[in-house]
Amino acid sequence: MNDLAGCGYPGHAAEVSHARPALEAIGLCKRFGPLQVLDEVSFKLGQGAFHALLGGNGAGKSTLVKCVMGYHAADRGTVLVENRECAIGNPRDAHRYGLGMVYQHFTLVPEMTVLENLVLSRLPIPAMIRWREEKQRLAALMEEMPFSVPLDRKAGELAAGEKQKVELLKQLFLQPRILILDEPTSVLTPQEADSLLGMLKKRTRSHRLTVLIITHKFREVMDFADAVSVLRRGKLVYSGPLAGQTPARLAELMTGSEEIARTVTREKVEEKPVRLEIDRLDVASDHGARAVKELSIRLRGGEIFGIAGVSGNGQQELVQALSGQRRPDRGAIRIDGSPYAGTRREMARFRLRCLPEEPLRNACVPRMSLAENLALRTFDRPGFTRWRWFVDAKAQKTQARELIERYRVHPPEPERRLDTLSGGNVQRLVLARELSGQVELLIAANPCFGLDFAATAEVRRQLMQARNRGAAVLLVSEDLDELLELSDRIAVMFEGRLTYESWTAEADLDTIGLRMAGH
Amino acid sequence: MNVRVPAQVLESLLIPVSALLAALLLFGIFLACLGNDPLAVFHSMVRGGFGSAFAWRNTLERAAPLMLTALCTALPAQLGLIVIGGEGALVVGGVSAALAGGLAFEDQTPWLAIAAMLIAGTAAGGAWIGLVGWLKHYRGINETITSLLFNYIAIALMNHLVTGPWRDPASLNKPSTRPVGSAHMLGDMPGLGVHWGLALALALCLVCYTVFRQTTFGFAVRIAGGNPRAARLAGLPVGLLTLITCFWAGAAAGLAGSIEVAAIQGAANASLAAGYGYAGILAAFLARQNPLAVIPVALILGGISASAGLLQRSHHLPDAAVLMLQGIIFITILSSETCYGRLQPWLDSRRRA
Repeated sequence: MNDLAGCGYPGHAAEVSHARPALEAIGLCKRFGPLQVLDEVSFKLGQGAFHALLGGNGAGKSTLVKCVMGYHAADRGTVLVENRECAIGNPRDAHRYGLGMVYQHFTLVPEMTVLENLVLSRLPIPAMIRWREEKQRLAALMEEMPFSVPLDRKAGELAAGEKQKVELLKQLFLQPRILILDEPTSVLTPQEADSLLGMLKKRTRSHRLTVLIITHKFREVMDFADAVSVLRRGKLVYSGPLAGQTPARLAELMTGSEEIARTVTREKVEEKPVRLEIDRLDVASDHGARAVKELSIRLRGGEIFGIAGVSGNGQQELVQALSGQRRPDRGAIRIDGSPYAGTRREMARFRLRCLPEEPLRNACVPRMSLAENLALRTFDRPGFTRWRWFVDAKAQKTQARELIERYRVHPPEPERRLDTLSGGNVQRLVLARELSGQVELLIAANPCFGLDFAATAEVRRQLMQARNRGAAVLLVSEDLDELLELSDRIAVMFEGRLTYESWTAEADLDTIGLRMAGH
Repeated sequence: MNVRVPAQVLESLLIPVSALLAALLLFGIFLACLGNDPLAVFHSMVRGGFGSAFAWRNTLERAAPLMLTALCTALPAQLGLIVIGGEGALVVGGVSAALAGGLAFEDQTPWLAIAAMLIAGTAAGGAWIGLVGWLKHYRGINETITSLLFNYIAIALMNHLVTGPWRDPASLNKPSTRPVGSAHMLGDMPGLGVHWGLALALALCLVCYTVFRQTTFGFAVRIAGGNPRAARLAGLPVGLLTLITCFWAGAAAGLAGSIEVAAIQGAANASLAAGYGYAGILAAFLARQNPLAVIPVALILGGISASAGLLQRSHHLPDAAVLMLQGIIFITILSSETCYGRLQPWLDSRRRA
């Protein structure tokens, strides 16, 4: 199935190391408030290299590439493109020097269609746009791609995975000489990821393109990269050829001495009663189409039910219906036999928690502090109120300090505004909030998207622990490896329906792949 | 971290005060162009607003409705809504109060009639802005536009009622509803010479501050205002929170209207639409939507408008000069919004340099 995964490109690394650098950064420093995010970072990107940038959450990877792109102004340091010093003040300048970047967060205009968004990114935008020609060009480009995106849908209606694909397509459409990718494959199926990286790799071989890629997946690094740089807490700890490095060695470089959570084994749990019952559920998407169609699921305690599928097949709407963000049109959701409508009282009674995708957008209040965000579930519970109706800020802060320490949220300041945190740390914070306390029903959507491998291992451990404790877990994920590792039962969702269902132990990978593609 | 909190507090004082000073400077230039001595005019403004017991009474009587209409903008702002319908809610509240006091409870005991007036005005104003909230949440119609248009509807409705079906035949040159009668008027607080409406307004500001900043309800409102998706994920009833908040916002402005009728006008007429609703928007923004800060801000704005008469008499300034000052203040305040969050980085960079 992973027919591309084995392709190595031997002999390429040596050639690259002697080449004139396509991009060079010298002594980059960046500070956010009291936090030194980048500390004298210097590295070279060889012409035609496929260079991987590794580092834990909050190590400064995103900040580094954003400084190169002119998205942030570095406090000190210079950037050279093709040995010439460049003053890159903003991403438009970077674009002029031939740099392109696929961001981790989305840069699409939500109210415009995908086609409009793609054309908009061209610089300069022609005074007259020939829509038909543009559409044909894009369709031709998409032919080469391992995936396709709907050109006529509004960007705001797309699921995270689809948005990511549009971002990728946008950069390839612009044809930069140096392409920076911030975790581009986290939302692709393994096959899609491999063929995408393979395609980029092919372009680097003919020296048409130089790639700098941020990723957490060692497999991708080992299979595709020819050079690697590792950041740890803002400092560059290694930069050089990949040859001679092993995943274990790289992991050690990334974490230093930090301990990695060991996987928890699946314990045998006696069969428990059905906890979550979804009966012929219909959910509409934002533009009114039926996104979930007559979907039925029965989920028992002590089991993880995994739903695989390419993003945009109704998973988002299903999760929203379960997490209280969207009202179903028809059908019923029952928990422990009683109807469930997503109210706060029901969530507390059934101990339902949710890990939605894009946690900053779906699960946090950016303008409030870490402590307040951690109190979203508990602020009106006994122990967090005074005289029943009043908020107890002190209790919130105590809770926050404990959770921040336990889940290693960085920086550990309960008073800090949430929107100053890095993406991975926001995710840890949501994990801390949703997994604390006795969870009995957990809805998780791509819970490891954007996390480094230490945090990923931690999340998976927590999910398995919750299951072993007897909780029911519904895990919607685009990462098939994750689903195969964690689920007791696995299903495939395609166009709003479950088209495949099996015990994970008996699951047939080829059939799953085919069902995901709609065959 | 130890420095962060004071910097925020410092900002929320420093920036509005500087904006206010900038507005006075601009107004001073305007005055100088007209051939007036700006300093003399400012002196008169202080005298006319706060210079004597009479001036203070005048100021406080204007500050009371301002506090209430400011709440009409400040409370929905906690939800992230910009409601500018204070004028309409005030008018609707005033008309309802006059109806309750003048028609339904004419022959009742005074306290019952007064209570009926205040409750009628509060409920009507609440329903008025509550409708704006309902349209926003369940129909997705922009609350700023609807509340603005609702102002025009309210004023037209009042004009229709006081010149038509509910007109008192005895009101000749100024069409009004039937007077509520001096026995049913809201009296003065002993020793102050200012009506009880001021006490109500102050109390409501304090209650709103407590409810929206310290209770679990207020916390839920702030979550819903900061990110409705996260609020739904936490199981909070965003629609209900919107309705309740908008209801109380309108209720505050409606109370202002009923106080105007019960303590000042004695009947509903065109004087109700005197611009308190619009000045309240200014007060709310000046107070950064903080119900407690609304109190001093309303005092300052009340003082400025109380001094209008004196400016007209002793400096021959047009009546609209005070409105102009209000407009300038609004512009400088809105412009100053962009300055928030810059003090801390500036302090940091200075410390390092």
